[in-house]
Amino acid sequence: MGLMKDYKTEFMTNEALQNLINSWIPELEFTEEGSQFLNIKVKPEQLHQLMSQLKSNPETNFDYLFCLSGVDYEKELGVVYHIESTTHRHIVVVKVQTEDRENPTFDSVYDIWKTAEFHEREVFDFFGIIFNNHPNLKRLFLTEDWDGFPLRKDYVDEINMVIK
Amino acid sequence: MDTTTIKNSFKSEEYFINMGPQHPATHGVLRLLLTIDGEIIKKVEPDLGYIHRSIEKMCERDSYQQIVHLTDRMDYLSSHINNEAVCLTVENALQLEIPDRVKVIRTIIGELTRIASHTLWWGVMGMDVGALTTYFYGFRDRELINDIFEETCGARLTMNYNIPGGLMFDIHPNFVKRTKDFIAHFKTKLPEYDTLLTGNVIFQKRMKGVGILTKEDAISFGASGPVGRGSGYSCDVRKHHPYSALDKVTFKEALKTEGDSLARYEVRIQEMWESMSIIEQLIDNIPEGDIQVATNAVIKLPKGEFYQKVETARGELGVYIVSTGTKNPYRLKFRSPGFSNISLLNHIAVGGKIGDLVASMATLDIVVPDIDR
Amino acid sequence: MITLSITKNIHDWLFSIMPEGVASIAEMVLIAVVYLAIFAVAGLYLVLLERKVAAWFQLRIGPNRVGFWGLLQTMADALKLVSKELTGTAKADMFLYNLAPYFVIVSSLMALAVFPFTQEFQAFDINIGIFFLIAISSIGVIGILLGGWASNNKFALIGAMRSGVQTISYELSVGLSLLTMVLITGSLQLSEIVEVQKNGWLIVQGHIPAVIAFMIYMIAGTAETNRAPFDLVEAESELGAGFHTEYSGMKFAYFFLAEFINMFIIAAIATTIFFGGWLSPFGITESIPLLGVFWFLGKTLVIVFLMMWFRWTFPRLRIDQLLTLEWKYLLPLNLLNIILMALVVWLNLTIQI
Repeated sequence: MGLMKDYKTEFMTNEALQNLINSWIPELEFTEEGSQFLNIKVKPEQLHQLMSQLKSNPETNFDYLFCLSGVDYEKELGVVYHIESTTHRHIVVVKVQTEDRENPTFDSVYDIWKTAEFHEREVFDFFGIIFNNHPNLKRLFLTEDWDGFPLRKDYVDEINMVIK
Repeated sequence: MDTTTIKNSFKSEEYFINMGPQHPATHGVLRLLLTIDGEIIKKVEPDLGYIHRSIEKMCERDSYQQIVHLTDRMDYLSSHINNEAVCLTVENALQLEIPDRVKVIRTIIGELTRIASHTLWWGVMGMDVGALTTYFYGFRDRELINDIFEETCGARLTMNYNIPGGLMFDIHPNFVKRTKDFIAHFKTKLPEYDTLLTGNVIFQKRMKGVGILTKEDAISFGASGPVGRGSGYSCDVRKHHPYSALDKVTFKEALKTEGDSLARYEVRIQEMWESMSIIEQLIDNIPEGDIQVATNAVIKLPKGEFYQKVETARGELGVYIVSTGTKNPYRLKFRSPGFSNISLLNHIAVGGKIGDLVASMATLDIVVPDIDR
Repeated sequence: MITLSITKNIHDWLFSIMPEGVASIAEMVLIAVVYLAIFAVAGLYLVLLERKVAAWFQLRIGPNRVGFWGLLQTMADALKLVSKELTGTAKADMFLYNLAPYFVIVSSLMALAVFPFTQEFQAFDINIGIFFLIAISSIGVIGILLGGWASNNKFALIGAMRSGVQTISYELSVGLSLLTMVLITGSLQLSEIVEVQKNGWLIVQGHIPAVIAFMIYMIAGTAETNRAPFDLVEAESELGAGFHTEYSGMKFAYFFLAEFINMFIIAAIATTIFFGGWLSPFGITESIPLLGVFWFLGKTLVIVFLMMWFRWTFPRLRIDQLLTLEWKYLLPLNLLNIILMALVVWLNLTIQI
């Protein structure tokens, strides 16, 4: 059954969350524009630290990573994490980007949420983003010898892609 | 998948077996690489991608109405709910006011789809553990639901009844009566199925204590749907983030705490009862009104990001749209329930026997096109 | 009184037209041909019966296109199997691979030869009848193990090993439960056993220990023939097709038919030992011994139907659960039952009608 931690289930508003998280790491960008949740933009070097604090802190307790997507922003490559707390039921979105398109690297969050293992493999498969400390980083859907990263915006494939 | 590296990495008593891609027990084209020592499983590695059709890339090129058609092909057993997910995302982004009639009909048809998916799961589950007759009984009842859908939506598997803005056409005049008849019929059949399979001592021995998943692991692996609820993790999207007419109905969330295969099995049987109760609450009072809200012929979402969660028969489906204001989404990601559920297969199958792997996989209820997209 | 002296007539006729040595050989060949024919026809119609029974449980009709009520269906299937290419694997051990199906066929045929179908209509009435039966059915295991090993296929090997373990374990229970009944009859000879049952069927004579012995026998017998719920040897949803994965065409047909004949044999043994063989209940048609064949077949088919019912209802047991069932539950129960039966016989508590 596991330990039932004794949390007072307290839903935190976006403002309260912003204040709390900002107090840990000052150089974050917060925005709520263009999205229904609080978005946090973090630098790649502080990603792992922020994520572990988001999970372990009892007031935030973000223990459920429900979506890990890679996005190609034309110039940058980024990863978007949607995380939720199963006890307090608040949701935040954490985004991280890098301009390095040759060798994009982020830290893996597999040690924090085990569901990241397959999700990060998928992002590697389609975008080419490498995750440090991932237990088994290889392609997931495409074959081992596939050339290129299909979901990038500059991917060209005359045979398989049908462009309208 | 590099088989030579696998063969070189295990000890001499272990051997390596390939289950699939065509295999009666794996529900779809899934290849499992098993490392086995005698009868005990040491490692399970799923090999995905046999039915990858790059739906996400296609969505970046198609219009929103066309995307709805692609979603049925993902988890084809809950096709209506998949369509609903994309339609709801688009409607929330455009901030459209959906008529009550549409919401109620969407909920009723969604719950009927859930029952159809669970009866098929039950039939195939019995077949996997060896009771070969249950397959026919499950399909017999699923055919009745398919007949209802055929009359209203025109299709039996890939419905495409939802469009952004409402429904494609109004329900058939026979719909209410046939649904009520089906509910009355199914209420007599479900206890029969319970006695046939659930009460059987051989079945209990095969499922009890097999494939145990603790609540912490379920949350960490992102399990949702009946897989999570069998371990005591309350994850029903219909309760926590209600959509359509689900905030108007009362139903209990099926939760069990043991976390073994028998718990997940019982959660799904319980869910079928709850679905029938939801339908009964709504079927008599379908409000009158329009079935569509006018949208532009070319739908353009405003700039921004939109996320919608729905509860399919397998678990939590999420649709994440990044839009730059054009007529196609800039990036569309489907968070599929089967993808997270299958990542815990290695965790629950190691240490058990091959028969246990088959039983656990049957209770995870994965549909491979949902995983591969 | 119509006595069945056909066998005696043919015997005398043969001996009158040929010298003795040749006549005996001719007689043996004739009997062998008759039994092969019975084997083939019985096998084919049992397969059809299984399909019809399965269809009935599953709310469908079953084969009904080929011939009236589908009666020619298995004929068509047999023709198809004969015309199939005999694929073998390149790395298979060819001699053993070809030899394996013959073991199962031969052991089934030999077992079929000792049953008393009716009074004086028995091919081979030796004085160690039951002992012979049990010994012969054990030979079938060799065929399965050889088939799995010689196929050079991991799945086939796993299937064959599981089957070997299962069969060897359950033979004990079969043997012991039959031994329990021998305590009442006092003889191993099959025709004697049926004679003793003129005072009431053995399951009635032995009341409680006989009923227990029958139930153990049914469980162990179903396991002996690798039928569900003990069919993990051929668990389609787990391993493809078990030990006969690599066989096709006629050789596959041998394994397949042998399974159904084994089922018939287990049912026939149960009929002979527990339910009076070819005797009619309360002796109603005792004056027409020819009807004994129909009584025998009728009772056997009821038990065959019971075994088919098991198959289509119950889920499958796992290998360790199967072995636990035998070694921890059935075997001690069997041993206690023998003691109980011995007490019943010694104290003359058997029910005689």
